[in-house]
Amino acid sequence: MAEEEAPHVVIEKLVKVYGDRTVLHGVDLTIGRSETLVIIGGSGAGKSTLVRHLIALERPTSGKIMVDGVDIAALSDVELNQARRRFGMVFQKYALFDSMTIFDNVAFPLREQTRLDEKEIRDRVLAKLRDLGVEHAAQLTPAQISGGMAKRVGIARALVMEPELLIYDEPTSGLDPVTSRTVDDLIEEMREKFGVTSAVITHDMVSAFDIADQIAMLIKGRVVAQGPPAAVLESSNEDVQGFIRASGVEATRLQRRRARKAPEELARVARARQREAAAAVAAKR
Amino acid sequence: MSAPAADEPPLWRRILAPAIEAVEEIGVVGELAFKTMAWAVRPPFRVQVMVTQLEFVGVQSLFLVGLVGFFTGIVFAVQTVYGFRRFGAENMVGGVVGLSLSREMAPVLTAIMVAARAGSGMAAELGNMRASEQIDALETMAVNPIQYLVVPRVAAGVVMVPILSLFFFIVGLGGAWLVGIGILQLDPGIFADRIRTMLQPDDLIQGAVKSVVFGYAVSLIACRHGYYASGGAVGVGQATTRAVVWSVVGVFILDTILTSMMTAVS
Repeated sequence: MAEEEAPHVVIEKLVKVYGDRTVLHGVDLTIGRSETLVIIGGSGAGKSTLVRHLIALERPTSGKIMVDGVDIAALSDVELNQARRRFGMVFQKYALFDSMTIFDNVAFPLREQTRLDEKEIRDRVLAKLRDLGVEHAAQLTPAQISGGMAKRVGIARALVMEPELLIYDEPTSGLDPVTSRTVDDLIEEMREKFGVTSAVITHDMVSAFDIADQIAMLIKGRVVAQGPPAAVLESSNEDVQGFIRASGVEATRLQRRRARKAPEELARVARARQREAAAAVAAKR
Repeated sequence: MSAPAADEPPLWRRILAPAIEAVEEIGVVGELAFKTMAWAVRPPFRVQVMVTQLEFVGVQSLFLVGLVGFFTGIVFAVQTVYGFRRFGAENMVGGVVGLSLSREMAPVLTAIMVAARAGSGMAAELGNMRASEQIDALETMAVNPIQYLVVPRVAAGVVMVPILSLFFFIVGLGGAWLVGIGILQLDPGIFADRIRTMLQPDDLIQGAVKSVVFGYAVSLIACRHGYYASGGAVGVGQATTRAVVWSVVGVFILDTILTSMMTAVS
């Protein structure tokens, strides 16, 4: 099954320049299918810019972003719209639509991208809101809920489509420790159930070492360390060690809290879902 | 990280900066106009979103446009009577007011009212959506933001400004009638007859054509400033101001061009 070994996402020599400021200096990264890559690094290191490239919210100055072997930076607007049906993103600032209720926010991608009837949409949305403990806020607007709740609604909206590739920009920032662990559980659940590939930006070191298959550390637009959590923890790189020390979390706590399936095992689930989705699209045509 | 003085652009570039910016601006607006056209004809057609914008631009502007139209009609009638009395031509007032309202005042002032009320609202809303990543969120959900946000707003401008302009014209004429007949003692029969004889269908058509163009320009300029806003709350504020200022300037420039073309044709 050589096909299954192909990485889901490959970033090659990604450079991003804004005016006279270079934010990313030739970043190379690979995310295997059904793997969770956690990106850590200081503020202004270029983490958000990097993940925004994965979903083509930014176009690279040079370099390639290959998703399933297709360079998404080279796609036209219409092709990109098709490709994005397989992606989801949790935004740092929630990005909920002010003009809609919480329910309508989460229902939005289902209404736009699927032909489900309203009852099915309602069931799915309420189930997802229940998972995140915000079901009671369904009829409120984003302005009427707290930041932590808005974060959870943003996560619910990204998860409701069960996409193949999920990007989380600081999913646990601003959340209390208990809810943060619930979010970690959800990220893991998406991976275990659906074989989702994830890229997660976080400053929460406990979360990073709990959910990561790979950790990449970005400093001033360059990847200074990448590898499995244990290897990163033992890295001799000054920046990496400094970052872990500064987080104030004891190294003994930086470990996985649960047993999990290997990415290779989950990749089969992901491939099956991909084939189902392709068949559904073909049937519609 | 402040830029050293040595990095400042050369003198010629600083001198030409306004011209370069103007060309860039035309490019940005032109590109948005093209994309708006391209996405307008592509399904899905979101009726509910469109209705919301028609209501926002049209129904919610109705009172304001009516109010301005009413007072414009009154003032215009008073001034025309004052001027025309000097050479005993106050009988012409009805026709002159009707002509001015239909060809100029109604389309121009309606467009300015829509720019001030709906255009500023569009720029502020889109700018806020940009700042809070809502536009990015739409893109990640495979919804083209130009199709979802800009197309309905521009279409609402094109559809509603001519309707509002017609409303302005009718209310303005009503105001002129009220003050002309009720206070300035003009003969109602002659007032109405002058409107009927001087006002040709062509005058109303020219007003309508102007309104369509102004509606398109005002909503497109408002969307341009809101959609590409940057710089957080300050940026949204600047975008809103620019949207109104450039919409109003754009209306006067377009009015000059259209009036020249239309009078030449006449």
